[in-house]
Amino acid sequence: MLNVIELSSHASIKLDLAGLPEGVRRLLVLATAVPQVKDTGRKQGSKNKLEKIGEDALDFMRGAPAALHFLGEATLALVQFFKGKAQYRKSDLFLILQDVGPSALPIVTLISFLVGLILAYMGAVQLQQFGAQIFIADLVGIGMVREMAGLMTGIIMAGRSGAAFAAQLGTMQVNEEIDALKTLGISPMEYLVLPRMLALIMMVPLLTLYGSIVGMIAGMVIAVSAFDVTVFEYYNQTIRALDMRQVFVGLSKATVYGVLIAYSGCLRGMQCGRSASAVGEATTSAVVTSIVLIVLAASILTIVFQALGI
Amino acid sequence: MNEAAKNISPARAHITLSDITMAYGDFIIQRDLSFDINHEDIFIIMGGSGCGKSTLLKHLIGLMAPAKGDIDYDGINFWKSTPEEQDKLKHRFGVLFQSGALWSSQTLAENVALSIVEYTDLNTKQISEVVSYKLALVGLAGYEDFYPSEISGGMQKRAGLARAMALDPEILFFDEPSAGLDPISARRLDELILELRDSLKTTVVVVTHELASIFDIGNNSVFLDGETKTMIATGDPNKLRTDCPDEKVREFLNRGKI
Repeated sequence: MLNVIELSSHASIKLDLAGLPEGVRRLLVLATAVPQVKDTGRKQGSKNKLEKIGEDALDFMRGAPAALHFLGEATLALVQFFKGKAQYRKSDLFLILQDVGPSALPIVTLISFLVGLILAYMGAVQLQQFGAQIFIADLVGIGMVREMAGLMTGIIMAGRSGAAFAAQLGTMQVNEEIDALKTLGISPMEYLVLPRMLALIMMVPLLTLYGSIVGMIAGMVIAVSAFDVTVFEYYNQTIRALDMRQVFVGLSKATVYGVLIAYSGCLRGMQCGRSASAVGEATTSAVVTSIVLIVLAASILTIVFQALGI
Repeated sequence: MNEAAKNISPARAHITLSDITMAYGDFIIQRDLSFDINHEDIFIIMGGSGCGKSTLLKHLIGLMAPAKGDIDYDGINFWKSTPEEQDKLKHRFGVLFQSGALWSSQTLAENVALSIVEYTDLNTKQISEVVSYKLALVGLAGYEDFYPSEISGGMQKRAGLARAMALDPEILFFDEPSAGLDPISARRLDELILELRDSLKTTVVVVTHELASIFDIGNNSVFLDGETKTMIATGDPNKLRTDCPDEKVREFLNRGKI
């Protein structure tokens, strides 16, 4: 019926509704009472696959200035912190530190132990062919300290804390809580993002150190139980294999990962739209962005350290 | 009713909008908005749903920059000032958001105290006294240690108001204050707004479509039209109800019956 009404008004034909039942007529009057909005400003998505890919790429590029802007503001907030002038609550920082650090110990222990076990077992099977089982200690030690502990901890924390930050900040965005902070002249970067960034910068390296030790213990368990290596031999060999360079590389990578996770989580949270599904999207995006950035950073840093001879 | 709202002193502009255009990118929401909000006005921003009232409020509280035009506070151009000057101006506002927008991880007392802690030199005991007083003003005495999720929507709104009043601001902004409140609470809120204006000389800007409140407390207003995307009336809502030349405005203010 509505289509008929629209067609007839376009063709300037007068429509007589008298033949319709009373109820239908009244509903039609109601439905046509408010004129249809012509320009809602919403763009129509294109149907062509190729065009869609192009548009997605353009959208991605358009997101770049915002991401850089956020990076700049985050750096400024850090500078304010070191000047002692940042506006944030110390109690918030301690709460986040606890959430990010000690609460993550169980899962970091589990995964580091598993990774250590896997490294040890797979390496040992090959090394055994040359009677070189003792080098399990080197493999696990250097592998965990230099690369694996940081990478695994980074991915765990991306899922755990990166997602949490995005969800917290995203929900605050939906509830206008961040707007409320802005109207008081309090910078959301200093009040919300800074404590989260500091917490991850402090905790990820510590968790990585802890994860390395757990991984090496796992390696020892395998070596001692299945490959005829004594505890003392394993310990000695590990000490000989590791030096400060490996520790430095591992911890610097871990610090970088911490920064990247905080950056991604907070960026996606602050960019969140104003609905429940937007919070879900923000959380997913935070985890994916964190992991992509971690992998990129790992590759770049590996090349850099290689070039520096560390 | 409105007799008490008559200003004795001559009207001085507190906020002046000149040629404001509000837009999201290319999509224009409202254009050519020029009006004054005077000192000690209770100024109503009204219009149909979706015409841009809350967006206008966002422009007035420093959350969104206008696409074109100037907003002056006692002569100071807000959007042409430095961020530090803008911050100083923002301390003179108090804002009540539509759903209260209380920080959900903090108690009511912490919510109200935040701006006092950041921007004054009061000690802890003094702050807690001020906080209790502000909460008592809105009828929430005793709820200091409750979290926002533990109280009802109406109570959250009242807590939001206490927070907006924490620094005794010169200008209070309300976004749909009576939405979700029962009639008695809405009336009490109106009385509180009148009291704030009369005793503290606060200028109040209210976005609302609650007709009873508009007539009870409003002494100046602007009507935004969603179709022509501009303002079509300004002035005392009680006079607009009968004398406005534009039929849309009279229809709105008489709830559809002219």
